[in-house]
Amino acid sequence: MKVAARSSTRIEFGRWVRSCLVVVVVAGLVPCFGVEEKSALDASFQGTVDLLKTRSFEEKAEAARAIAVHTHPRTLEVLTALLDAELYTERKTDRVVFAKGLEGGGFHIRDAVTGEELGQVGRRGAKKISVNNRLRGLLRGLIASIRLDDEDPDDRIAAAEAIADGADSSMREVLDTRLLVESDAEVIAAIETALVVFDLDATDETIRLRAIRASVRNLDGRVREKLTGISNDREASEAIQEAARETLESIEETVARYKTVETVFFGLSLGSVLVLAAIGLSITFGVMGVINMAHGELIMLGAYTTYVVQTLLPGGLEYSLLIAVPAAFVVSGLVGIGIERGIFRFLYGRPLETLLASFGVSLVLQQAVRSIFGTLNRPVATPEWMSGSFELLDGLSMTFNRLYILIFAGLIFAALVLVLQRTRLGLEVRAVTQNRAMARAMGIRSARVDALTFGLGAGIAGVAGVALSQLTNVGPNLGQGYIVDSFMVVVFGGVGNLWGTLVAGLSLGVANKFLEPYAGAVVAKVLVLVFIILFIQWRPRGLFPQKGRAAES
Amino acid sequence: MKSITRRVALVATLLLGPFMWSADTIKVGVLHSLSGTMAISETTLKDTVLMMIDRQNEAGGLLGKQLEAVVVDPASDWPLFAEKARELLEKQQVDVVFGCWTSVSRKSVLPVFEELNGLLFYPVQYEGEESSRNVFYTGAAPNQQAIPAVDYLMNDIGVKRWVLAGTDYVYPRTTNKILEAYLKANGVADEDIMINYTPFGHSDWQTIVSDIKKFGSAGKKTAVVSTVNGDANVPFYKELGNQGVSAEDIPVVAFSLGEEELSGFDTGPLVGHLAAWNYFMSVDAEINDEFIDAWLEFIDDDDRVTNDPMEAHYIGFKMWVEAVNKAGTTDATSVQDAIIGVTVPNLSGGMATMMPNHHITKPVLIGEIQADGQFDIVWETPGTVVGDAWTDHLEGSRDITADWMKPLACGNYNVKTGTCSGQNYE
Repeated sequence: MKVAARSSTRIEFGRWVRSCLVVVVVAGLVPCFGVEEKSALDASFQGTVDLLKTRSFEEKAEAARAIAVHTHPRTLEVLTALLDAELYTERKTDRVVFAKGLEGGGFHIRDAVTGEELGQVGRRGAKKISVNNRLRGLLRGLIASIRLDDEDPDDRIAAAEAIADGADSSMREVLDTRLLVESDAEVIAAIETALVVFDLDATDETIRLRAIRASVRNLDGRVREKLTGISNDREASEAIQEAARETLESIEETVARYKTVETVFFGLSLGSVLVLAAIGLSITFGVMGVINMAHGELIMLGAYTTYVVQTLLPGGLEYSLLIAVPAAFVVSGLVGIGIERGIFRFLYGRPLETLLASFGVSLVLQQAVRSIFGTLNRPVATPEWMSGSFELLDGLSMTFNRLYILIFAGLIFAALVLVLQRTRLGLEVRAVTQNRAMARAMGIRSARVDALTFGLGAGIAGVAGVALSQLTNVGPNLGQGYIVDSFMVVVFGGVGNLWGTLVAGLSLGVANKFLEPYAGAVVAKVLVLVFIILFIQWRPRGLFPQKGRAAES
Repeated sequence: MKSITRRVALVATLLLGPFMWSADTIKVGVLHSLSGTMAISETTLKDTVLMMIDRQNEAGGLLGKQLEAVVVDPASDWPLFAEKARELLEKQQVDVVFGCWTSVSRKSVLPVFEELNGLLFYPVQYEGEESSRNVFYTGAAPNQQAIPAVDYLMNDIGVKRWVLAGTDYVYPRTTNKILEAYLKANGVADEDIMINYTPFGHSDWQTIVSDIKKFGSAGKKTAVVSTVNGDANVPFYKELGNQGVSAEDIPVVAFSLGEEELSGFDTGPLVGHLAAWNYFMSVDAEINDEFIDAWLEFIDDDDRVTNDPMEAHYIGFKMWVEAVNKAGTTDATSVQDAIIGVTVPNLSGGMATMMPNHHITKPVLIGEIQADGQFDIVWETPGTVVGDAWTDHLEGSRDITADWMKPLACGNYNVKTGTCSGQNYE
């Protein structure tokens, strides 16, 4: 009851502000508050806001509730600032202020009650009013309840959804009250959906039964929680319990079905990462026969390139990855060509020496990165469009970063196949691989082809690094984590076969993900390795062995 | 001519060396990895000790002598830790060593310190089940970090289901064993505990996060207790964020994630998750402000942060100085006797005392991660907690106690059988 009374005052206040705005527009800049009235309102708001200056989170929650129902126009701003950790107390005067952090420490502050600009203070000049998770949940609800009276119907829909997400039973009446005055059909629908969650606890049997039945399509964890509770609730009637059980069962079925789809997606996405990491190696190792232990470091260079691009373009986070992809290709590619021209070309046909030399190169690259960027991991930010998940169906979602990387891996693979099959370079590469002496006799400069091929493989590794920077840490050791996996994929797929790498990477990913729930992450990885060892015993040349004379050498 | 002078100087150094050293300076060994995987965390601790030495020297040194730092680099290589420890104690004749991070490195140097009777101050939270005459544990034992964190989740947040997620090595395994026993003793059923281990640097968390989500939708409040090590945390929290698991639904409380680690993260997906430590940079105390200012000035970089192991070194260093002053000598045995009971201020405005089991008293703080990579303290123990070397929650360890005061002077005294096994570690 109390809440209802509060919210009705708020609605009246909302109307009052609106009419007030009309007055402002109509009458020019005539203030609609009397000066005295305004300062009285400020004073009372000041008192309420000052309640936040306590250490106890219980008292802060009380204060937040009091602020939410206050008639002052700055309530929403104060609550939002509190939620966003931008509400501070100024140390000198102990008043509550909005504070924005400045570069190089210190804050720009503004009075929370009057909105008056107060200039700048130092790092220690203001102290944050801290919030905890429970308070954060409450704040979101309170903000939503204020927003429910917003002008824009879309905001009202979002607010109704936010309230349903919070599932705080004290918010129910806010929805009810709004329903009485709401006129927009879409908003009414949103509020009614939101109410279903609350109706699960209704005292009226019919309403409760209807709510339970209506929840079949709702795969939200909280609904399942509630239904589980109801189905075991001794005090509920038999019919209610039965209905809850049935609904729960059908929800569980859907969830299990989605789970399989999800596992396949997880597997493909892990596979796509493996393919990305391995495909460059598939060119240098598979096509050229160079065992390049520094492949992982070339990936790492790509990831660091992403970091550098983001640092150089502080405002361009959203498109930084698009610039980082070609940049990483060029950086890693050039380093690759440098390594090939400087070291590997003297070692062709001596696999053991190549292995040792490339291992040395990998250590040099790691330490170089450590000396330039420091030992700490570098934060690479994720653009907005790669965060969150894509809701395929209600309850079945795919995370954007994984989805994009899956698509990206496909594109890279297609591009690489096109280059090898359709371009002059590709033709020369294939010729040199199949028969170096004959290719040279036909006038192909094999040394140049070697350098370009190695550069291509290294460049692809760099591009893989851009993708990995979105999934894992960017640090000097990034590459080491992927080198073993990459070799595994290439050997399993068949040396020198791009399609083999693709099939091997994806199938290993999916196999790993299907094993993981039963065996755990550690054992799943071991099982996959054991499988590959056995497989190699059986077919030493991998899934798709090279045929013909080239394979014999 | 030159070579003769040099030879003479060499002979003189060899003959007089030990006397000259003891006459000129007091040597402080620093045994932290400056390269390899652990360099990320340990380099900062080396700098902390160097700063403490600088400040002590400015304040007039110790026993009328100046302190001299001897820094070695064990390169995140566990056997090398033992070699470097021997070098510090035998060749360099240091009076005290501040060092180690991982438990395995501590286990590796332990026999060296016991053989040569050195002093080691170990500043990191660890799994307990150890108490050596030669080691002072200034980090948290499980009852100073893990157990209070679980208490907080259980009593203040009302958590009923538990996911214990960790990296697959000794600290998470032992800690989870203790936590599992503790939870069961508090009436948590088997099916409400999910334990999961992942390899070092694990980056593909899709399945595990989806499992946690499923585990958390069974009608009871769920929390994750994470002993996941440093690096692997980024993809873990990222995946949590992407799959829509917020800190309000399923909070994650971490034991190895501090300000230093957070400074290399994109903190967006972490906001609201928890960490349990004995010190946060955001602690509101004058002594802390003063320490932060000194640190920023010493390291000459305003973006650097302070963290819990740094505070542990701060406390350990102050305690050692106090004990040396009390004993009037840097002799290891005398310092070991003198240091028990020494009380120095910690950085959160309280006091830390060295207990007879070589662990110290600490307050326990729970903080929520903020977007700026700092923690907001949401809960703290009313007073300080005494570190317990041998946990009360495991069979076999329950009856063992550590007390280095005479006449007992034993790191693993079995109260039931009344014997001291003499072995200081498992």
